Amino acid sequence: MAIPSYAGPLERIWYYLYRFICAAIFFFLIVPIIVIIPLSFNAEPYFTFTPEMLRLEPEAFSLRWYADIVNNEQWLHSIKNSFIVGIASTLVATTLGTLAALGLSRAELPAKSLLMGILISPMIVPLIITAAAMFFFYSAPFGTDYALAQTYTGVILAHAALGTPFVVITVTATLVGFDKNLIRASNSMGADMPTTFFKVIMPLILPGVISGALFAFVTSFDEVVVVLFMAGFEQRTIPRQMWAGIREQISPTILAVATLLIIVSTMLLATIEILRRRNERMRGVTY
Amino acid sequence: MANAVEEAGPARSLTMADGTPLKVALARATRRSKIRAFLLVAPLLFFILITFIFPIVDMLLRSVDNPEVNDAIPATVVELEKWDGESYPPDSVLSVFLEEIGDRSEEQRRNTGRMGARLNYEDGGFRSLINKSQRAAPKILESPMQFALIGLDEAWEDKDTWSALDGLAEQPDFADILPKTAALLQKWETGNSPFAEKTPGAEVYTEIFQEIAAAAQDGRIGALTAVIGRAHADVADLVQRTADSAGDIAEHPLKYALIGVDKEWGEVETWKTIQLVSSPVTFSYYLNAVDRTYDADGNIVMQPEWKQIYVQLFLKTIYVSIGVTIACLILAYPISYLLATLPPSKGNLLLILVLLPFWTSLLVRTTSWIVLLQTQGVINDTLVFLGIIADDNRIEMIYNMTGTIIAMTHILLPFMVLPMYSVMKTISPSYMRAARSLGANPLVAFVRVYMPQTIPGIGAGSILVFILAIGYYITPALVGGQDGQLISNFIAYHMQKSLNWGLAAALGTILLAGVLAMYWLYDRLVGIDNMKLG
Repeated sequence: MAIPSYAGPLERIWYYLYRFICAAIFFFLIVPIIVIIPLSFNAEPYFTFTPEMLRLEPEAFSLRWYADIVNNEQWLHSIKNSFIVGIASTLVATTLGTLAALGLSRAELPAKSLLMGILISPMIVPLIITAAAMFFFYSAPFGTDYALAQTYTGVILAHAALGTPFVVITVTATLVGFDKNLIRASNSMGADMPTTFFKVIMPLILPGVISGALFAFVTSFDEVVVVLFMAGFEQRTIPRQMWAGIREQISPTILAVATLLIIVSTMLLATIEILRRRNERMRGVTY
Repeated sequence: MANAVEEAGPARSLTMADGTPLKVALARATRRSKIRAFLLVAPLLFFILITFIFPIVDMLLRSVDNPEVNDAIPATVVELEKWDGESYPPDSVLSVFLEEIGDRSEEQRRNTGRMGARLNYEDGGFRSLINKSQRAAPKILESPMQFALIGLDEAWEDKDTWSALDGLAEQPDFADILPKTAALLQKWETGNSPFAEKTPGAEVYTEIFQEIAAAAQDGRIGALTAVIGRAHADVADLVQRTADSAGDIAEHPLKYALIGVDKEWGEVETWKTIQLVSSPVTFSYYLNAVDRTYDADGNIVMQPEWKQIYVQLFLKTIYVSIGVTIACLILAYPISYLLATLPPSKGNLLLILVLLPFWTSLLVRTTSWIVLLQTQGVINDTLVFLGIIADDNRIEMIYNMTGTIIAMTHILLPFMVLPMYSVMKTISPSYMRAARSLGANPLVAFVRVYMPQTIPGIGAGSILVFILAIGYYITPALVGGQDGQLISNFIAYHMQKSLNWGLAAALGTILLAGVLAMYWLYDRLVGIDNMKLG
């Protein structure tokens, strides 16, 4: 929206003022994320820029907080846990979610909106309620003594449940533009169900499945409330460790971890964007 | 079926190769494809029902579940049902009660402890009352008189009373009326040694009561009080009072014994409360969650002033959520408009500035706000450096409500921008041009032509942000300090610290009902199918 040539002086002032306001809002959005990165290289254990840092003196910067992560058993353990739980729960969520999305996109499915409501409910219920409920249930499922709380299985199942709605929604959205005649064509040429699924359906919906899986992974990777209630010390994930760090002894190591997480989220964002564009291209949608 | 169709009309119906009518075959095929579609959904449905829906329902039921009193004293509850609820419960009820709570098995002790905790929610003194009574119960059942006399008058517990009586035990007048008591007292080791017992054993209480009661019957009580009164007027008075009540005590020893354990047992209200809490289903957690409670008669009354926090808290949560939603709306509108109207190459680049925060971990963003806002943080340092504020006058921006609102607005802003952006993108610029060419000035054109078309985006974004804000836990817990705590934080508090799970469940159910109502609205306005991610 370039400024039109017929604009009066008042309109011109407004135009530049508006641009300034937008810049300020974008600044508000991005600065909290950017500011953490240089601070994580602080040589001093402060959460603010030292005068030396502002003068860009090399001694003011160090990698000591990154070294801290590498040398800290707890941080390493939590990083490992985050990936174990994240990947396992993503596998469960993606498999079940993709199958369900295939079913949900069929016109014949009875009681569709009720089913959809149930399947995406983990996304709607406030996390604190989910966490409390899961704490009770997983401590003594169906009144048995087989406690799943404070086990990897319990945390993985809980995170898988939280991740499935995202898979269902993204894959269902991908299937909206899916041409059903391709399945009929495949069947008429003698392919059986598995062949049709892996050779025809899967390649077409793969972008949606992958972005759903990424959403599920991020949900687990970033989740702390359920972990707070349900996981034991052994299952501490990165967010849980950060939570403890912020509440108990806040140290700049957290800023180093945060910087690493920002890098992870940038990579995820890039992947999602690429997939989204590919999907749009394949569906022939052009913006 | 095939015959039915043939008989119904003269025309021959269409059939499949195997002779089944087309209609039947079609119905069969449709049913089969319905089942096939459902089978695809079934695994996830089963998974979500087991791992998610069932736990939620189970927790919600805890808000009305009330097993504690019934688990601990089932027989007493049955007895209390026959009680009229007006007079003091008869000793038959009390003996059942004492037998139940006096059982030393581990399970019973655990159940009794839970009952004490449950009753404590109704009235603050119950936990210690039940604990004391649990310890005393076996002794009361064995010989109730010690507690019963103390229940009549605490002076029976005093060392002075007993040393006075002990001093009289040698006197023939005294020993004549209370022979067994005198004999026992003479054997009693008293004295000033710190190990000496303050009061004699239970058997002395039993004897002295029986002998005083007997003396009261045959009229020798006057002589006895005269003997005692010569040296100790107060003890004589005590004996007289005991003699006066002897009949009542003999009839209700357990009632007096329980009063001897704690005066609270003397109140009929105490029993009414137990009876009230003994029902297997209760609404008292819900009443609690809205600052109300039952009085002893079962009427709903307001909580005492200092306990009235939850209505205030719900209102605060709603106000904060509305505030955050409005802040997000004001910030999101201009940049969504900019993103939607810029050429795609520039627009997509700026969109990254919205998507990056969206994809960044919640804890990372909360940490950044702590770093920025704390008193020794970046913003305060900058303001001091610029000379805007004095070094000793730094602004408190975090660990209070301000911090909560700033951080929540930042975290939820992308959820407002994305739906608005996708709506604004579909609005054709021709409408604005048409309005301008018809003579509207830019402001009128924007307000009357453009803005009405963005209402679906405003609605979708606002409801989404409001739903997310109202259940927020992490950010208030980390940056909220004292006054920035919202309803979720109190649910967590009752789950983890106070262990009042029924109240946590009731607060959670109310919150969930609110969220589901908002979600229903969202579904009506936007539709779940149109929910877009990223």
